[in-house]
Amino acid sequence: MGNPSAEGPWARFRAEFAESRLALAGLAVLVAIIAIALLAPVISPQNPYDLAQLDVLDSKLAPGEKSADGRTYWLGTDDQGRDMLSGIFYGLRISLGVGVASTVFALAIGLALGLVAAYFGGWVDTLVMRVVDIQLSFPAILIALILLAVLGQGVDKIVVALVTVQWAYYARTVRSSALVERQKEYIEAARVLALGQARIVFRHLLPNCLPPLIVVATVQVAHAIALEATLSFLGLGLPVTEPSLGLLISNGFQYLLSGKYWISFYPGIALLATIMAINLVADQLRDVLNPRLRR
Amino acid sequence: MSSALLEVEGLRTHFHTKAGVVRAVDDVSFRVTRGRILGLVGESGSGKSMTGYSILGLVDAPGRIEGGRITFDGTDLTRLDAAAWRRLRGNRIAMIFQDPMMTLNPVLRIDTQIVEAIRAHADVSRESALARAREALARVGIPSPDERLKAYPHHFSGGMRQRVAIAIALVNHPDLIIADEPTTALDVTIQGQILFEMQKLCRESGTALIWITHDLSVIAGLADEVCVMYAGRVVESGTVAEIIDGPRHPYTRGLIDSVPSRNERGRPLHQIPGMTPSLLELAPGCPFRERCERVVAGCTVSPDVSEPLPGRRLRCHNPHAA
Amino acid sequence: MLAYAIRRLGQSVFVLVLMSFLVFVGVYAIGNPVELLVNPQADEAERLRATAALGLDKPFLEQYWIFLKGAAGGDFGKSFVFNVPALSLILDKLPATIELAFVAMVIAVLLGIPLGLVAGLKPDSFAGRAIMAGSIVGFSLPTFWVGLVLIMAFSVHLGWLPSNGRGETVMVAGIPVSFLTADGLAHLAMPAFNLALFKLSLLIRLTRAGTREAVLQDYVKFARAKGLSQTRVIGVHVLKNILIPIVTVIGLELGSVIAFAIVTESIFAWPGTGKLLIDSINQLDRPVIVAYLLVIVTLFIVINFVVDLLYSLLDPRVRLGGAAAAH
Repeated sequence: MGNPSAEGPWARFRAEFAESRLALAGLAVLVAIIAIALLAPVISPQNPYDLAQLDVLDSKLAPGEKSADGRTYWLGTDDQGRDMLSGIFYGLRISLGVGVASTVFALAIGLALGLVAAYFGGWVDTLVMRVVDIQLSFPAILIALILLAVLGQGVDKIVVALVTVQWAYYARTVRSSALVERQKEYIEAARVLALGQARIVFRHLLPNCLPPLIVVATVQVAHAIALEATLSFLGLGLPVTEPSLGLLISNGFQYLLSGKYWISFYPGIALLATIMAINLVADQLRDVLNPRLRR
Repeated sequence: MSSALLEVEGLRTHFHTKAGVVRAVDDVSFRVTRGRILGLVGESGSGKSMTGYSILGLVDAPGRIEGGRITFDGTDLTRLDAAAWRRLRGNRIAMIFQDPMMTLNPVLRIDTQIVEAIRAHADVSRESALARAREALARVGIPSPDERLKAYPHHFSGGMRQRVAIAIALVNHPDLIIADEPTTALDVTIQGQILFEMQKLCRESGTALIWITHDLSVIAGLADEVCVMYAGRVVESGTVAEIIDGPRHPYTRGLIDSVPSRNERGRPLHQIPGMTPSLLELAPGCPFRERCERVVAGCTVSPDVSEPLPGRRLRCHNPHAA
Repeated sequence: MLAYAIRRLGQSVFVLVLMSFLVFVGVYAIGNPVELLVNPQADEAERLRATAALGLDKPFLEQYWIFLKGAAGGDFGKSFVFNVPALSLILDKLPATIELAFVAMVIAVLLGIPLGLVAGLKPDSFAGRAIMAGSIVGFSLPTFWVGLVLIMAFSVHLGWLPSNGRGETVMVAGIPVSFLTADGLAHLAMPAFNLALFKLSLLIRLTRAGTREAVLQDYVKFARAKGLSQTRVIGVHVLKNILIPIVTVIGLELGSVIAFAIVTESIFAWPGTGKLLIDSINQLDRPVIVAYLLVIVTLFIVINFVVDLLYSLLDPRVRLGGAAAAH
């Protein structure tokens, strides 16, 4: 048994994270999915959005059937003759892209506001937290729905909707952590040393608020992806030219009752795998970073 | 020998953790006589609380009793099944814990918590159980018991809560009470009151008491017999007079000398050098040798228990003279 | 207690008015409903007349004022599409949604808490791990996709359950309910389960976490030291402690369930307010959208208030209006 105090915190973190095989499996799947998303244009058998490549006679083929020129459609085709496998690769790209982008922006905004609220206190704090409270008391999907109904379709609009819906979680989490940290002595010491306020906030307060934030952010990426899929399914948000997995599933809905399940089913599996992988990783992160479960 | 109510022989309670085996209780033996008070003294980490839990079978995983025998009134407690344990706990052996705020359930009323202790062991009506609860509160000196019964734990002060815990322990007239540092979390003045009342109650009802504490001065005024523990072992035991007036183990002597009131004015306070060892990294041999002023070459071997006088036990290669 | 209630009421009215303004502003910006409702070949004069008839030619603030006056009296204007009062349209469909949400919540609670307890008490057992794995899957499954799969399996493949609409209803106290008939239950089964799945997983995880923490507490050890049966230790001591945060969550999630019903109603063609909302958005039926939002906001405010009350009843350490609740 190695001497525990000789390991750095990062090595210890990796070891503790690796205690759950499920989490490791989730991480592996996630890495694979990210790779697919990034490499979609390169690895897809077909570019499903290049109309020149489509042959409408190939539409609604079941998985495994071949096209007229001998290519196998491993996951079948949709009503326009598009290869499902390629559609899923591109769809992952968009779903993941939108999910991560909105999380990053929401995180930045929420972090800034949360820190400001916690550090300055007083009416600033009250104002920010009131807004947060009101927003959090309404279900995300409702807010997003109305926003998209107002804003119309487009990738940027759905990112705006997702950011609006998410920033409040980060703000609240950061503020709670920051308030706890603010009481601690090292902040008092930093103030006594007359360090600039920005410096105190960024160099001292921020790093200690990060652990719960990391967990929240990871889970939120999954939520953002799921929410975007739901909104696309309902016909709001992403335009038909940039279909995420949600839109693919929506396209396939009408063919469900006639037995052509694969148009909706496989994109759904891809979506499920993505969300589940993220959740597995987030769960283990939360357990590792949770002080109350220390034994 | 057969008048012993509780006889613990060679008790071993070990924790199998990922970092190694922690021998929290390592070959502990002592005896409690009916109606008498035994003090179990030691610093934190000495295994004294774990000994108490082991007697009642309340050791949580990853710990378990690995060896030894605990004989209570003729029954071997290490071999009991779950049903037999439930009949025993709270009925013939009761326990009082250190922090009364956490041991009383914060969301249940006081009367609920007392009545359930009564009805778990006797088939009585709620009214008669309530009557007994009222009596129990009165016995521990809580005024206006009727109002208090309907209250919640957070309405009480620390001292009052501990009295309630004591009332619960006494309510079924147990033969033995194990008290795990019951006054450590309380103010000094309340401490004195509780100590006095526990002593009185035990004498009156003939209940044996094991009082677990780190404070030797408490034991001096309260107990009949004393066991001193260090690193999971009993290093010295005997009557209170024997131990306080003539301690032979260097650790015991160090403990007694460290009590501030025993110090001469103006002289530096006595202290035992070093720190309690981590139970994960215990080297073989006597666990106290790193800090002992009387260490000799033979201390690298773990000392066996010697019994210079009946009931007077010692675990040391080089004890002070008698 | 009374002072607290009045203060809450005041806050609620403020939130309501604020929301109504936001909602109105937002909805005002959605396209021009006249384009949808008027014959595309209509000339300019037709359009102007339609606009006037719908009150859309008036300045924004005047429209808002008319709206506010009406709203206070319960009149949200007439639906552009159906030409009946928007509020009555919403209230007509509300029982279907509430029934669906309620049944879903009941399923989630009745299954979630016991499963979570088992997973929390024996986290390393096969059952414990299986339940946790199941809850992660349930938590990750997108609701709408599950609905599709359910339809695929139980309607198309097996033909056991109907895939759309609401079944037979009976009147109870003037409100039509469908869970009292066999046909109604058959229609309720899939949508309710679909809606419940996410909350079920959430409850399992919450209950498990709470149980794991609770059993480490001293009061559990003390209860066992009193010789209480395991049933009582878990069923009374542990349960009452973990129920407090869970009840809060259930209350708050009830609002979310009603919102998520929008998706389920779309998939299963359940005739509730959710489906109405989606249709209204697509048809730019403004009064209905506004009426829906305000009814929902009111509903949420009421739910939050009731939850706060319940919380103070369950946790004796919290009394409303006094020390802050330990949320």
